Amino acid sequence: MEIPVYKQVDKIVFEIMSPKFIKEMSSAKIVTPELYDKEGYPVDGGLMDVRLGVIDPGLRCKTCGQKLKECPGHFGYIELARPVVHIRFVKLVLDLLRSTCRECGGLLIPKNRLAQYVTELDQIELTQGQSERRDRIAEIVAELKTINKCPHCAAKQKKIVLEKPTTFLEDDRRISPIEIRTRLERIGDDDLPVFGVNPRAMRPEWGILTVLPIPPVTMRPSITLETGERSEDDLTHKLGDIVRINQRLFENINAGAPEIIIEDLWDLLQYHVTTFFDNEVSQLPPARHRSGQPLKTITARIKSKEGRIRHNLAGKRTNFSARTVISPDPAIEINEVGVPKVMAMKLTVPERITSWNAEYLKSFVKRGTAQYPGANYVVRPDGKRKRITDETKEQLLEELQPGYVVERHLLDGDIALFNRQPSLHRMSMMCHKVRVLPGLTLRLNPAVCEPYNADFDGDEMNLHIPQTEEARAEAEILMQVQTQIVSPRYGLSVIGCNQDAISGNYILSKYLSFTRPEAIDLLMSVGIEDFKRVPNKKIVSGREVFSVLLPEDFGFNAEPKSNKPADIENAVVIKDGLLVKGVLDKSQLGAGAGLLLRTLHKQYGADDMGVILGRIYKMGINVLLKYGFTAGISDIDLSPEADDKIRTLLNEAEADVHRMIGQYEQKSLELLPGRTLDETLELRVLERLNKVRNETGRVVAENAVASTGTMMMVRSGARGNLINVAQMAACVGQQAFRGGRISNGYKGRTLSVFKKGDLGPEARGFIRNSFKSGLKPHEMFFMAMTGRDSLMDTALRTPKSGYLYRRLANAMQDLKVEYDGTVRDASGKIVQFNYGEDNLDVSRTEAGRINVKKIIENLG
Amino acid sequence: MPKKTPKKRSEAEEKPNFVVSDHVLVPKHEVCTEAEKKEVFDQYKVQPHQLPRITASDPAIRHLGVKVGDVIRITRKSDTAGEAVFYRIVSSE
Repeated sequence: MEIPVYKQVDKIVFEIMSPKFIKEMSSAKIVTPELYDKEGYPVDGGLMDVRLGVIDPGLRCKTCGQKLKECPGHFGYIELARPVVHIRFVKLVLDLLRSTCRECGGLLIPKNRLAQYVTELDQIELTQGQSERRDRIAEIVAELKTINKCPHCAAKQKKIVLEKPTTFLEDDRRISPIEIRTRLERIGDDDLPVFGVNPRAMRPEWGILTVLPIPPVTMRPSITLETGERSEDDLTHKLGDIVRINQRLFENINAGAPEIIIEDLWDLLQYHVTTFFDNEVSQLPPARHRSGQPLKTITARIKSKEGRIRHNLAGKRTNFSARTVISPDPAIEINEVGVPKVMAMKLTVPERITSWNAEYLKSFVKRGTAQYPGANYVVRPDGKRKRITDETKEQLLEELQPGYVVERHLLDGDIALFNRQPSLHRMSMMCHKVRVLPGLTLRLNPAVCEPYNADFDGDEMNLHIPQTEEARAEAEILMQVQTQIVSPRYGLSVIGCNQDAISGNYILSKYLSFTRPEAIDLLMSVGIEDFKRVPNKKIVSGREVFSVLLPEDFGFNAEPKSNKPADIENAVVIKDGLLVKGVLDKSQLGAGAGLLLRTLHKQYGADDMGVILGRIYKMGINVLLKYGFTAGISDIDLSPEADDKIRTLLNEAEADVHRMIGQYEQKSLELLPGRTLDETLELRVLERLNKVRNETGRVVAENAVASTGTMMMVRSGARGNLINVAQMAACVGQQAFRGGRISNGYKGRTLSVFKKGDLGPEARGFIRNSFKSGLKPHEMFFMAMTGRDSLMDTALRTPKSGYLYRRLANAMQDLKVEYDGTVRDASGKIVQFNYGEDNLDVSRTEAGRINVKKIIENLG
Repeated sequence: MPKKTPKKRSEAEEKPNFVVSDHVLVPKHEVCTEAEKKEVFDQYKVQPHQLPRITASDPAIRHLGVKVGDVIRITRKSDTAGEAVFYRIVSSE
């Protein structure tokens, strides 16, 4: 299929304005530095000339006849008494002066070789690109400046140096801009392409200014202070300087003043014109206000973070948004967001008055801006916004009728978009329903921390209130939290239980049983009001209580974690909405793990799944509230036998290491392939010491009491792992620093308490103690070393990987899967012939796979 | 950002004395017939410039004697799909 192209950008040409062009485009010639006359009216031929545009309301432009905000402004110009160098073209002018003859203006390349250079440059641009062409031009210029005889007229060439910023010296004699200009005029059009100058776009002598365009007043508006005084823009000040000096220069020249005075004024003019373009030229003192702060001239307006491009063009801001610190609230639903009352009274939703809701909306207006469910503005049908104040309230209430719009305060159930930066995936911005709450923080259900990657150590988040019906509908249908549950990255639930919610459900399904009233109490606390599914018997097990949260017809069999009997025993089996057996832990309820949540989502849809997940989460927390949950250092107390065992293991390991060191000293240690003796020892020692840490860990895992808070957190996957426990109870282990044991450093030892050259475990960062038994001073020091190292490592790595991700995301942002299954970019070029090569939409799979067997079973 | 283009390879490097496609890690490259080529264009409704490119001097197809404009069918092993078919159009440099 041929896609018709009506218009296509072929190329963009950048040109330089010629003096003639500047005069033609100008609507006024500026001749006087005065701004206003005695009546305060702009002077004709002054910098605020009325022909340059309007900045006062009510006036019409003398040039185009349009009003304020319609008239774009018009340029003027100044005729400079003497030419000055344009600071941005100094480099080019210097190159041209050096590479051309001072007498005839010919390029310092013999005629017959000129074509050769041009073709070479074109060839480089074609094969290697424009920046290489520029590199080559710089090389050619460097070659040419050493030539001292013109190949055309045989004139002797002198050495030209640039005395920064704008003075050119030829053998220590100054060349005036007038002379520079005449020399540049002599350069032929044919020679220019060698310098990368397009002769149709510019002539080099235009780099020396003879007329200066005056920007329109609309881009340098004056502001009226409260005192009625006028304060002019920085650019106007600068232009005033230029015009004033220019006039003086004219007068002195006409009066035939001595050359020194004229030169001085000329230099001054050069300074003002230079700082008008760029007030941060390194060799020049910046032009300042009377107060001493530097003027913001043209370059400062455009460049850097606060400049026009990055601040105004690339940086956009929005109304109806809010940002503050976040905090958790497990009592609100997953798809809700807690909004502080003060915010709810600033953020508004426009609602149009109809005959049905007129009274309802009037009640908001009646309450006004200061009382909570009130309103801030009334919008008349002609678009005029009126703020509701005590004075206007009565009149507005009279006036209100169908067609008016009331901007009422945020209410529970309003639609909001909630976002946390960095917005790396689509779950970083989701739609929540507003819940107005007391307090000053934005509240979110801790289950949605995972997709936002949020925690509560001071994180802030943004809230946006869509203002139109279309926007709200779109947000609600496409972006609500429950519609985002299944991740398009791996096809599992991105939200799930965490922390207490996991421990709670683990305890519930593994240990607890209740009397029937207790069970009903618990179920009520998670929002269940129908108890016919609670078994009618004296003692109700935790699993039976949990089953009430599940749909009645739900069936599910979890894959056992391994083939061990204990794991098979603990595998979750759900039949007809009953948790028959199994223990609920992170692998079932956690985010991004297990198929339980995924299956619920698939069978009952996003909305029901959202409700069920919310209840499971609350169940976990309420179980802990009732049952009580605590963790302490005694949780990991071991029996004396276990402690003995750990001690023996450590002693054995240390003895092994010392044996290896003995072999090393006698050079009888068996070398590892491709390693030196030193490397072999380090690797073997490291291996042995890591082994013993794992062994002690196993002892702890076997001997720790499984029903303590700490161990339950570890077993359920809620927090902590076996290594953490082993470090607390048995042995912290070897500290790794820069990929090995802590090295001996310059003085042959790690710390001065050890002998020089000590290779033993203790002297090289092996921490034998546990956190519970307490670290020895040198152990604590080694730990601090590795701790600081890893802190720095994370601090340095995070921005690097973030930037890498950003580059990938930007490179692929407009790739799209088409209806034929191909992945294409914006111009229709094929990137992949089948999406992911298997054409699967990952968010419709289970962990990237389609379980055909299960589908067939469900059919039958 | 300055980018360095590799130096032109010398004649000896141009023509190694082995065929890379014999290696297990090099997927199967084959030239499409005119009919197959038309089928590819019709199936995906693409213009030649919308197909991914491969240079005629690519080591994997150099020995096939291809000309600019030919379509190469590449059959690769895929982690997700087992086997995946890909097409590239031969371009000059």
